[in-house]
This record gives sequence, structure tokens and C-alpha cells, in this order.
Amino acid sequence: MSAIRIEDLTLGYEGHPAVHHLDGVFEQGSLTAIMGPNGSGKSTLLKGIIGAVKPLGGRVVLDNLSWRDIAYLPQSAEIDRSFPAVVSDLVALGFWKQRGLFAAIRGIDHKALEAALDAVGLSGFEQRPIDTLSGGQLQRALFARVLVQDAPVILLDEPFAAIDQRTVADLTSLIQHWHGEGRTVIAVLHDADLVRAAFPQTLLLAREQIAWGDTASALTPENLLAARTMVEAWDDDAPWHDAPVAHDHAGHSHAGGRP
Amino acid sequence: MNFYDLLIAPFAQFGFMNRALAGAMILSLSAGPVGVFLTLRRMSLTGDAMAHAILPGAAAGFLVSGLAILPMTLGGFAAGLVVAVLSGLVSRFTIQREDSSLAAFYLISLALGVMLVSLKGSNVDLMHVLFGTVLALNNDALIMIGAIVTISLVTLAVLWRPLVAECLDPSFLRSVSRAGHPVHLLFLALVVINLVGGFQALGTLLAVGLMMLPASAARFWVRSLEALCALAVLIAMASSYVGLLISYHLSIASGPAIILVAGAVYFVSMLFGRRGVVTSNLRPVRHRVA
Repeated sequence: MSAIRIEDLTLGYEGHPAVHHLDGVFEQGSLTAIMGPNGSGKSTLLKGIIGAVKPLGGRVVLDNLSWRDIAYLPQSAEIDRSFPAVVSDLVALGFWKQRGLFAAIRGIDHKALEAALDAVGLSGFEQRPIDTLSGGQLQRALFARVLVQDAPVILLDEPFAAIDQRTVADLTSLIQHWHGEGRTVIAVLHDADLVRAAFPQTLLLAREQIAWGDTASALTPENLLAARTMVEAWDDDAPWHDAPVAHDHAGHSHAGGRP
Repeated sequence: MNFYDLLIAPFAQFGFMNRALAGAMILSLSAGPVGVFLTLRRMSLTGDAMAHAILPGAAAGFLVSGLAILPMTLGGFAAGLVVAVLSGLVSRFTIQREDSSLAAFYLISLALGVMLVSLKGSNVDLMHVLFGTVLALNNDALIMIGAIVTISLVTLAVLWRPLVAECLDPSFLRSVSRAGHPVHLLFLALVVINLVGGFQALGTLLAVGLMMLPASAARFWVRSLEALCALAVLIAMASSYVGLLISYHLSIASGPAIILVAGAVYFVSMLFGRRGVVTSNLRPVRHRVA
């Protein structure tokens, strides 16, 4: 049984593909790293999975899942740090799915909230105003919010940008704990050593799929080089795909993609 | 002149003062919290734009039935909602952001309103619509204000958590719920009905003052959301009372007097509030060991 199936998916902006004819499956309970250079469509793919970007072609199929079952941590959360909120207010947003729009937070939730803060190493931070948190502390708090969301699928977009090593180590072990609980976790990352050490599956993306599979077989030097040589610029004169299924690939190649 | 004459007698002796005080006090109850959310959502000037936007509706009501409370209120509410919904839709389905689409629609609306008022009636009538007459509140107007404030407070209580989530982390709310957009529109509707409730008393242009000034002043004193709302209500009520007293004793216009008192509170708070200019600079620079 598969969790998230990507079927000939093309995502993009203003007609230019950012993710081009991607096919594959994120199995249920898998732990996958998405790697690739800047502009290779990693964030766009995650946005496509949660439905925030509409496909230009193909589709994303959520097997036995709804978009409500996905916890998504964006690359740069649009958090208003000047808002008069404390850490527990921020983390308690994660109860949204279980408690709905209007219900109050219950006693049992307070225990879950404390446990989540404890798990990310922020015990005692409940009443700290969010504008006094460091970048790493804020990221820990956002992981705590993902914890209380208790979602079967977790998408993390560059969770370790500008985060120190100790925090990365702590949060990576949390990710592996989620993997052990059978959750499907997909994380966009840039650190190949970290991916080799902690992530069994890797999707190497450079707009098109370069490799998708076991981390060891995906992250070969040849593949990494192929990903690095991706052309970032848009070609405004590129021909249109009129018939997405039957086009002849004359103008471009699909390295590692479909036949 | 003793304290009774100075502070209480005007309201005890004159029905119109009594009703003016009641109207402004009731209005303060919901204007304060709505203003706090406006400032926190960085929409402080949106209130002002909406205040201009309700003019053509009020003017249309005025054209149909003169200076009567119900038609003008309903007209103003309808005009404000149309502008709010249209600018919301334009920002949602085009590349234009809501601040520019709102500016476009409120300007169109304002021009329509001035045109309508000038079709019939004198400049004095226009002044009534623009600047209000708190001393002319009748019982119908009071009932209207009471109803509007009741609806506002109930709606605000129901929307509290989604509103907080929308301010704090809008992208998270979008990822777990489709409620963000409806909540935003409902909040704008709340702003509109509070302005409409206020314009009988303070006029379309100054009604927004009772919303924004207390909320902005409160920000210099307290930190938590609940405290901000409570303090904003207190400041709005105190400004209403002091403003009406000053207007009575000095025989000056009551609406501007109320807003000017709120403005004075804002100035004092900005300078001497716990997080104000003077206080935060005079505080000795010390730090703890950990």
C-alpha cells in the first residue's frame, strides 16, 4: 500500500515547469530525503503534495489520506514574531485538526503539549514570548507543533536551514522516532552526509527526477553531478506541451525520467 | 462648582448627554477589541478605508429617507460589505494585494458617496454624515448600537481562535484549514458593522478613531492579547466620558472631543507607557547573570 503516488506530475509557475513529469511513490511509513540544487523544484513538489500549487499536468494521489492528514512545515514559516503570543500558543495551533475551529484546548492537551515541548528540548519555555526565541528555538517549537499535530504524513521543507549542529542532531533523532512510529516523513535537505546517515530513501531532483530510491544508490557522484548541471533559467521561447501525454521530447531530454 | 456639577450633573440633568454617554460606552465595548485585532493584523489603515467606503450607502439611505437611523445604517453596512468582498476577491484571484485593491474600491465608493450627498441636501447634511452628532442619539439609535455591539462581541468570541491563528501564522492555518479566507471576510464585516454603529454618534470619519486610538495606546502598556483588549475597552470608555464632559463644559463638538481625548491618551502612552519612548530609554541598562 502506498501513501503518496506522484503520477506524471508537472508543477510550475506561469507555464514554466519547476517539477517536470515526475513519477513515483512515497511508500507508507517511508523516510525520504529530497535533495537537489536551488530552483530544482523541491519546495514546489511539497506544495504540490499539500495542494497549494495546482498541477500543470499529471496528478498527486493520496491513498487513504486526506490533506488534513498531512503536517507541513514550510521553509520559512510566515510567523508574525511581533504578535503577543507565547510558545504554548504557537504549539497549541497543532491541536487544530483534533479540536477543530472553535473548541477549547482540554486538560489532556496540556499534557500532550508539555510532552511535545519536552521532546524538542524546550521544557519550561511554555510562557516565553515568541519574539524572544532564537532561530533554533523557534524551529524546535515548530517541531513540537508538528508533534502535537500527530499526523500520519509529515512534510518538512528545509527544516535545518541556519540551525546549529546540536539542534540538527536532536531534531534528526525526532524525525527517526517518527519513522519508527510508522509515519511517512519527507524532508527537503541539503546536507548529503546527514541524508546518508539518517534517511533510507532519497529523491534527487533537478526539475526532472535524477534518481529516486535507496539513498546509497541515489546519491552517487554521477547523479550528484548531473543534478548540479541543471539549467536554472527559464527559456521563454521553449515550445508548449500541447498534448502532455503524447509529446515527443524533441526539445528537451528527461534524464532518468520516463521513456 | 463642586465635583458633582463638574463630573456627574451634565449626565444626570440632560437626557441627550445621558444617551450620548450610554451610546459611546456601549460602542467602546466592541470597538476596543476590533481595533486591537486590526492593529495586530497590520490593518490599522484598513479601518480608515472602510470608514470612507460606507459613505455612499449611508448617503443613499439619507437620500431616500433623510436623517433616519435604519436606512442609513443598512445602506452603510451594505456599501462597506460590497467594498470588503470585492477587494478581497480581487486580491485573491489576481496578483494585486489587498491594500491596493481596497484603496481602489474605497476611493470609488467615497466619490460615489459625495456625489450622492451633493445631489440632494446641503453641506450641513454632509457634515452630519461625515462627523456625526453624538448628542442627537435617540432611543432607536441606542437600540441599534446595542444590537451591533452584541452581535460583534458574540462573533468575536466565536472567531477568536481562527483570528489569532490567522494573525500568528497564516500559512499554517492555510495548511490545516480552509477557514482562513472566510474568517478574514467575517472580520472585515465586523469592522464594517462597528463603523456603521459608530457613525451615528461620531460620524463615518471619526468612528474609526474610537477603534484605533485606544488599541494603539494599549500596546504601550500590556503584552497579552486579552489584556490588550481589556485595556483598549477601558481607554475607549474613559475617552468617551472625559470627551463628553469637555464638550459639555467648553461647548465644543462632542465627537472630535472624544477622539481628541483618546488621542491624548495615545500620546501619553507613547511617551510614558511601560513600553513607551521615555520609559524604555530611562530604564537602567542592566542584565541578569543568566
